[in-house]
Amino acid sequence: MTGENRETDAVTGVETTGHEWDGIRELDNPLPRWWLWVFWACVLFSIGYWVAMPAWPGVSGYTKGLLGQSDRREVAASLVDLRALRGAESGRLTSASLEQIEQDPELQTYALALGQSVFGDNCATCHGAGGAGAKGYANLRDDVWLWGGSLEDIRHTIEFGIRSEDPQTRMSAMPAFGRDGLLQPAQVADLTEYVVGLSGRPASKAAVARAAPVFAEQCVSCHGPAGKGDQAVGAPDLTDGDWLYGSDRASISAQIHNGRGGVMPAWGRRFDPQTIKALAVYIHANSGQ
Amino acid sequence: MSIWKHHGKFERHSLALVIGILLVVSVGGLVEIAPLFWLESTIEKVKGVRPYTPLEQTGRDIYVREGCYVCHSQMIRPLRDEVERYGPYSLAAESMYDHPFQWGSKRTGPDLARVGGKYSDSWHRDHLIDPRSVVPESVMPPYAFMADKDLSLRDVQDRMRALTAVGVPYTQDQIDSARADMEAQADPFSADGPALRKRYGEKVVSRDFDGDPERLTELDALIAYLQMLGTLVDFSTYQAAAPANER
Repeated sequence: MTGENRETDAVTGVETTGHEWDGIRELDNPLPRWWLWVFWACVLFSIGYWVAMPAWPGVSGYTKGLLGQSDRREVAASLVDLRALRGAESGRLTSASLEQIEQDPELQTYALALGQSVFGDNCATCHGAGGAGAKGYANLRDDVWLWGGSLEDIRHTIEFGIRSEDPQTRMSAMPAFGRDGLLQPAQVADLTEYVVGLSGRPASKAAVARAAPVFAEQCVSCHGPAGKGDQAVGAPDLTDGDWLYGSDRASISAQIHNGRGGVMPAWGRRFDPQTIKALAVYIHANSGQ
Repeated sequence: MSIWKHHGKFERHSLALVIGILLVVSVGGLVEIAPLFWLESTIEKVKGVRPYTPLEQTGRDIYVREGCYVCHSQMIRPLRDEVERYGPYSLAAESMYDHPFQWGSKRTGPDLARVGGKYSDSWHRDHLIDPRSVVPESVMPPYAFMADKDLSLRDVQDRMRALTAVGVPYTQDQIDSARADMEAQADPFSADGPALRKRYGEKVVSRDFDGDPERLTELDALIAYLQMLGTLVDFSTYQAAAPANER
């Protein structure tokens, strides 16, 4: 195919390939030298790469390469570097108590920065970017706490979660008074009025009077005789203006009917103790405490 | 230079050219892909990885059906920023029963390889029904219809049989009990719970994932799947630095 009809083109002085299509012939210019050298350099580089890096599969394993490179070892080393970079503060976070962290301005600054970054990645998904919460997800910016707002209470909640699968989790369950038939629908309606009245809002006096003995029998063991709640069992204060599942009558009635209780995962399984401490300090510092 | 003259034969016969191209291209597959099926070092030897329960597998099929993989990857790469954000990098063993795998390379949303247990069931329910009710800046579409759609139990056994054909070690007992296992996993009070755990391991949790105890919905299945992602391997005992686990 090549060679037979090769001729020199009169205009450019370059040989043709010898093909001809309807009178059109093709110049056989050589490849640009720079391109050719880059090509051969790449071929040589790839051979060197095969020798130096993990490359060829075999029967029972693969060639490890002279450099013994490993992505997994590199990331492990990189995480060690990161810990070194975080350095002394990280170590002091481990040994210092939560109160000491809060009192040491330097350590507190470090804990707040670490806490903020971890909060944004993990906690903001439920509690909101600013920690203001949403319906069903507690507001962390105010001074109302279901399970206690001291540094140690917050740390415990983060580490073990609420109604999580951890054996040390904070645990309580409000009965589903309506759904499970513990109370009649009329009693749930009366109790709803009673709870509305507890928070200082106008409520039907007759319904409140009817509900008082029911409240005393069913609710005081957790919410207390005055409805002030109990942080040991995560029972909310019913007399304030803070509501996890909504303050209107429909929401309160639904809560008495279904006894909904939120779940917070146990973060001790994901974070090391320093990170949990930093988060507790961050949340405590940004709350109303 | 005589060998180059033979090239003309390929140029003149298109069938020969096609066969020639196939032979050359297949070299890449034979060298780079085929050995992975027999190399001992492809899949780490870890404890805890098991086939999906019927409910999780059905949720996984919904995940694929809805194209979740278009925006979410399921592979944490061995890079510092990813390990810091998502947790331990993904192991090959963790997707050994995935058909098809969901590793992905596109993240509009976050990686989901270790999302299991990170949020509560009710968060997943709120988020799938209306993503912006919990994450105001989210661009994820709502999947509220799943809470209303009864889960089809009709073809779960066929799906499991298909998976055994590609190497997932479901036993005949597991396939026979698939429907009972599905209902047992979505009902914390089910009498079949112990049998489910006997078949799939003690760590399988029975919960009412979608918050609607009356019905078994597609939302139950999807949340059951999301809540087990990345939870099978215990990284407190996994020997990451062992030579056999280095890559």
